[in-house]
Amino acid sequence: MSNSVFGNQPGAPSKPSRILAIWNSNIGYSFRSNPVAVVSMAVFLLIVLAAFCAPLLAPYNPYDPAQIDIMNSEYPPFWVDGALEEFSLGTDDQGRDLLSTILYGTRLSLIIGICAVAVQTVLGVSLGLISGYVGGRTDNLLMRIADIQLSFSTLMVAIIFLAITQAMFGSEVFSRYAVIFLVAVIGVAEWPQYARTVRATVLAEKKKEYVDAAKVMGFGPLRIMMRHILPNSLSPIFVIFTVQVANAIISEASLSFLGLGMPPTQPSLGSLISSGFDYIFSGSWWITAIPGVVLVVLVLVINLLGDWMRDVLNPKLYKG
Amino acid sequence: MSLLSVRDLTVKFGSRTGPVTALNGISFDLARGERLGIVGESGAGKSITGFALMNLLSKPGYIDGGQILFEGEDVAQMSPRDVRAMRGDRMAMIFQDPMVTLNPVLTIGQQMIETLKAHRKLSTQEARQIALVKLKEVYIPSPQDRLDQYPHELSGGMRQRIIIAMALLLDPKLIIADEPTTALDVTIQADIMALLLEMCQSNQVGLILITHDLGVVSQVTERTMVMYAGRIIESGPTRSIINDPQHPYTQGLINALPQQTPPGQRLKQIPGTMPTLATMPKGCPFHTRCALVGEGCMTHVPSINQFGSSFVACHEVHRLQNEVPAEDVS
Amino acid sequence: MIAYLIKRVFQAIAVMLVISLIGFAIQGNLGDPLRELLGQSVSEQVRQQLRDELGLNDPFLVQYMRFLGNAIQGDLGTSYFFKEPALEVILKKLPATLELVFGATVIIIGLSIPLGVFTAIRPNAVFSRLILALSIVGLSIPVFLTAILMIFAFSVELGWMPSFGRGEVVHVFGYWQTNFATKDGWVHIIMPSIALSSIMLPMFIRLIRAEMIEVLQSEYVRYAQAKGIAPWRIYFVHALKNTLLPVITVGGVQIGTMVAYTILTETVFSWPGMGSMFLEAVNRVDTPLIVAYLIVVGFIFVVTNTIVDLIYGLVNPTIKLGRMGA
Repeated sequence: MSNSVFGNQPGAPSKPSRILAIWNSNIGYSFRSNPVAVVSMAVFLLIVLAAFCAPLLAPYNPYDPAQIDIMNSEYPPFWVDGALEEFSLGTDDQGRDLLSTILYGTRLSLIIGICAVAVQTVLGVSLGLISGYVGGRTDNLLMRIADIQLSFSTLMVAIIFLAITQAMFGSEVFSRYAVIFLVAVIGVAEWPQYARTVRATVLAEKKKEYVDAAKVMGFGPLRIMMRHILPNSLSPIFVIFTVQVANAIISEASLSFLGLGMPPTQPSLGSLISSGFDYIFSGSWWITAIPGVVLVVLVLVINLLGDWMRDVLNPKLYKG
Repeated sequence: MSLLSVRDLTVKFGSRTGPVTALNGISFDLARGERLGIVGESGAGKSITGFALMNLLSKPGYIDGGQILFEGEDVAQMSPRDVRAMRGDRMAMIFQDPMVTLNPVLTIGQQMIETLKAHRKLSTQEARQIALVKLKEVYIPSPQDRLDQYPHELSGGMRQRIIIAMALLLDPKLIIADEPTTALDVTIQADIMALLLEMCQSNQVGLILITHDLGVVSQVTERTMVMYAGRIIESGPTRSIINDPQHPYTQGLINALPQQTPPGQRLKQIPGTMPTLATMPKGCPFHTRCALVGEGCMTHVPSINQFGSSFVACHEVHRLQNEVPAEDVS
Repeated sequence: MIAYLIKRVFQAIAVMLVISLIGFAIQGNLGDPLRELLGQSVSEQVRQQLRDELGLNDPFLVQYMRFLGNAIQGDLGTSYFFKEPALEVILKKLPATLELVFGATVIIIGLSIPLGVFTAIRPNAVFSRLILALSIVGLSIPVFLTAILMIFAFSVELGWMPSFGRGEVVHVFGYWQTNFATKDGWVHIIMPSIALSSIMLPMFIRLIRAEMIEVLQSEYVRYAQAKGIAPWRIYFVHALKNTLLPVITVGGVQIGTMVAYTILTETVFSWPGMGSMFLEAVNRVDTPLIVAYLIVVGFIFVVTNTIVDLIYGLVNPTIKLGRMGA
């Protein structure tokens, strides 16, 4: 279905015209004719761009203690009475400029989310390829592990793992390596989804003649898997990837909210919301609400893009 | 009055680029108790005809025009309630693959009883008794036990027997059987077909048998209709269709039968493939594969006219009748 | 039936053993029980003596077997903070969490089936589109944020709803105190239950819808139509039962996530349940309580999963369950 778009055919056109080809293909058409997808993509790109240009765009550096004054804490955003001009979205409980903190926090949330999902993908795709291609006992073992892993919830495993790590090392050490811990725990937990889908494709493709032909021509299993089988499972991988980024961002935010993720000194969106939660009763709702809105919008547009992609690519996802 | 009288039935499928015609002006009649075969390649519109008669086309298909007069009522114009009252009661259908036709989570008994209760005021006990009688009629061993079994516990042949019994539950006037044996093992195909024939004969039920198997048609049906690319191209008594086909396509089908070829020789095929809905040519839909194609074939769709005992839709049928014997001699 | 049951029970025991092993490993490596018992100012000799007495110098396997033996008898150690048996501390908190989960489950099951079925059979209705749009929004709001937003709207701004605690509870039996006996209890449990269901509900609506749409395209549904069966019977007998099979499987997988969400919900609403207790125990490095929580949650998880499997077996006739005994 989408092989012509994602496939690695030898005669594939060069880069720029290939992007053009995607734009003119069915996928491109259904994208252009779907306002929800276009708007979601635009909003997503906007958030990503703003987040990664945070050092350029943000008026302050929230990580620089010299720029933070506790006396500036809890100023409201500009449309509320009592706002200060220099803090357009107000300040948080520590006196940090909220706009700057959100930009940096979004960047952190995105980095953790995408890195964690990258770990999932690499792990899941390679285990799926091995499982499907090698078969036999290896396949059995890997799929059994996948079953067990799937039945444990990622969030639950992450909470317990991080809680115990934190208790063991103390929060000081923990917060220094929080990014790595988060990426690792979210990344390792959800590989089975990819592995099952890839395995199913491998099993289907393995029977086809061209794989035999490649074998006869003396190509090694690695080359066959990479060049011939993998391209056929790209569209489901792509759909899972998108949905998983949204899930990973939610997981990270939830963990940080519980104090098991990013520390308040280096807040992601989740820890920012968490630190603001104590202040909603005193009326400083913006510390929670504005990062909350950013988080929801970010996750929502990714989910909408994932939905659209699922409809267009229509992959046969392995059902758990 | 005939049992079923179809006039100019047209079925279209909605698509992104506009509706596509799947059935084009189908007309035929069926007398009470008569057995009609519809033959053709897959994609010719046989199954669509069957579902259209039941007013059971799945989206995006719809009846675009024409009449389906069944016992004097137009099925195409019936209210959903009336259609539902007709289906399974006066007109029953047998599906192709018995492995997927029965609901896996309901017992055979539940699925038979619900059909009876949908159309008659019966107690569960009464309905069960009727189901039992029908299962016996189709020679199902220990029918009492079968009622409490789930489909997955039964073989494909057994399931198709049960489906035949279900079709007969309410003594319908017409049964539409859509390739009822193609999904079964070759060894039981003949049994099932014989059963179906016996049931239709003994109960005076009309049968529309949709199949691609000319052998089956010749054994079971009295009349045959050959379809190609959404049109009827030839119809007539089964015997004359088999023994004296008029349309070049029908001739091709008959000649392609293994019995028509001496042992050791290559089977004769019709060259090319049937056009799809999207690639439908102008003029006669068969002209792209026809050996006798003439001027008019490429521009005009042939109308259906009587030749001998059959009706044929072919411009060149006159020429054909002269040439075919010559070909036979060689 | 019996073979199926035995297989299930063995699987459950195997999982419990793994969990207990993890719990034991945590207990051995997290915190120092001697410091908790004796404080800092004790000589090394006394320490060693106590180590021997407590069996901390025994081989690993001996220690693990002892741990396991105690655990089976319900002894999961003594909480450092509460100075009470850890299991008892948890059992006191358990009813609050279970009632919260019960509330959320009622919301999820009660709404996801009708809404999922409706959106599947009337995909173009305005209401269906609205439900689908709302469901993807719901899916995108983390549980804790839903909880915070509800507190902000209904407690802080409008002042209609209480924002923390269980309110007035009524003692039922043992440690069980219920929210469902007084109006105040009901008022307190409403928002936490909604928050706890806020991601699962849209997820199940979408799942049921997707499965239902697939089932409605199956041959047997078309055959049921060909038999003249009434639409309601086709939807709710023929289709729904087949739809629920994969939904039950997913439901089993989601039990763990539900437990995780209770931790989030209880934290936001200061709900005095196991989840908030667990986070407190982590902050206090109350190792016995952490381990006990792990084992109790693991036990609940295994039991519910086994029950879900049994339900699946009852609904799915291709798994012979009830028939074997007959």
